Amino acid sequence: MLAYAFRRVLSAIPIALIAVTVCFFILRLAPGGPFDGERALPPTVLANLRAHYNLDQPLVVQYFLYIWRLLHGDLGPSMVIDGFNVSQLISIGFPFTLTMALCAFVIATAIGMLAGMVAAVYQNKWPDYVLVLAVMIGVLIPNFLMAALLQLWFGVYLKWVPAGGWVSGSVWHLILPVTVLAWPHAGRISRLMRGSMIEVLGTNYVRTARSKGLGERLVLARHAIKPALLPVVSYLGPGLSYLLTGSLAVEQIFGLPGIGKYFVTAALNRDYGVVLGTTILYMFIILALNLIVDLVYAWLDPKVRYR
Amino acid sequence: MTKVLSVEDLSVTFALHESEVRAVNDLNFSLEAGETLAVVGESGSGKSQAFLSIMGLLAKNGRTSGRAMMGETNLVGMEKSRLDRIRGKDIAMIFQDPMTSLNPSLRVKTQLAEVLVKHRGFDKGKAEKAAIEMLELVGIPEPAKRANAYPHEMSGGMRQRVMIAMALLCQPKILIADEPTTALDVTVQAQMLDLFKSLTDDFGTALVIITHDLGVVAGVADRMMVMYGGRAIEKGRVDDLFYDPRHPYTLGLLHSTPHIAHRAARLDPIQGMPPSLEHLPKGCSFNPRCAFCFDRCLEERPPLMPTENGREKACFYEGPLKYGKVA
Repeated sequence: MLAYAFRRVLSAIPIALIAVTVCFFILRLAPGGPFDGERALPPTVLANLRAHYNLDQPLVVQYFLYIWRLLHGDLGPSMVIDGFNVSQLISIGFPFTLTMALCAFVIATAIGMLAGMVAAVYQNKWPDYVLVLAVMIGVLIPNFLMAALLQLWFGVYLKWVPAGGWVSGSVWHLILPVTVLAWPHAGRISRLMRGSMIEVLGTNYVRTARSKGLGERLVLARHAIKPALLPVVSYLGPGLSYLLTGSLAVEQIFGLPGIGKYFVTAALNRDYGVVLGTTILYMFIILALNLIVDLVYAWLDPKVRYR
Repeated sequence: MTKVLSVEDLSVTFALHESEVRAVNDLNFSLEAGETLAVVGESGSGKSQAFLSIMGLLAKNGRTSGRAMMGETNLVGMEKSRLDRIRGKDIAMIFQDPMTSLNPSLRVKTQLAEVLVKHRGFDKGKAEKAAIEMLELVGIPEPAKRANAYPHEMSGGMRQRVMIAMALLCQPKILIADEPTTALDVTVQAQMLDLFKSLTDDFGTALVIITHDLGVVAGVADRMMVMYGGRAIEKGRVDDLFYDPRHPYTLGLLHSTPHIAHRAARLDPIQGMPPSLEHLPKGCSFNPRCAFCFDRCLEERPPLMPTENGREKACFYEGPLKYGKVA
């Protein structure tokens, strides 16, 4: 198991390098630069700025300079927000983003699995149909529209919860954004869980378990859930990364102090350092998640072990 | 001899989208303690569904009627919670495909021990110990080590031994084996049959072997029941049916089986296809494929009638059945 994990970490290195390279060059394809404003800067100031951030060097040289600094753990300065470097901005905004995404992730995964199981057991009966409807709403309505609808209904008309903004430590302010984030995730999880559970309930080994007189509850708990979790677990990694990236837009809409605020403005201002730094952070998170998922997978399905 | 199971008028129907299919029709038979009954028939003859229905394991759209009496208790239509106290303990079943019938995500010992925890009230440690002893009894080498294995780490023969061990843990009165050897190599098949025979003899368990392999029947069974189109069409002692079949279908089955004594140049299959249960022919279900069919067979369904020596057959034809006459 340890050797397997080690090999997986090693194989992630070239993937990370390729991803950084692609991000670096794609970002430069976009027109404009960090110092283009409505009022053009005097040419000498612009030249000095460009020289300061190495933007006057050929692109390939800039790339190697960036990689070199990255290898030393330095994500570089922000080119737009004066006096801050990228690591500082991330450490200000990311803890909030991560907390919110994890909240949504845990809640949505638990609800999704439970709902999927119930739907499978009551296949083609009313609990199943209710679930399908809830899932459809969550998956089909994009999160910015869902956010607006919920703000309007629960925040403005009913006034049950704040429609936006942030008061430090207030759970009330998190309810709507977490709901918006969690709903589609719970929907996808429950669909996966329902499908795999129905499949598992029809297998020969579940029939064997029933023939032993174990009782339906034990058959479900011991014989059906573990194998049914396999496809769900393989989705959890990508699922959490969807939540983390989705939270960028949701934070913006609800005016929350996460990393989304910096990322969105940085992308619009061509703040190369911040955009790249955030992207690299997300990439590492996704690689780590996939590794964790694979390890959990090996635990769930003994056939994967020792490979 | 005491009766351990008495099945009366057992019928199984499956609801399809707009129609209904009767997979088993008015099946009657009984099972004595310690005897071995072979249930023989082609795919779709209803032989597996009949026994799955007794175990309460039909697919969701299946309905069972009739009675399956174990002593004074009727297994058909019994509440699931009551049935769960009987199945796995007094009546156990082994399934056709050992490769998929064990849970791939649980250790072998877990899957064995839970039977004893449920039915005998053993604690986990004691149950696992008993499970290892049972694995030794079914001939698994190094049982203590193998008990920790997952099913995919075992061969097909080993897994079938595990299935047998699992079914026999509570020394059931009845063991139903649904094509227990079909998925196994020929050499392993013989070992399995020997194992069945010796263990059921030791425990006094009545054994039902569902099969289409007449070699299996000849090897282990005392009596046999031949099924066709959801009905029993001939019943009797194995020797009687093998040497003197009275139903043309039984004759056809025997002639379509290779025999080491007769070096036939080619086998003699029964012509035609097994009938679709949705469109059974009028009269005798076998009439389109039968060489001995006459007017009455096309109009009336022959009931299962007792003949001599405790035999029963469902056929109007009374003349001699001869090799080669089944077209």
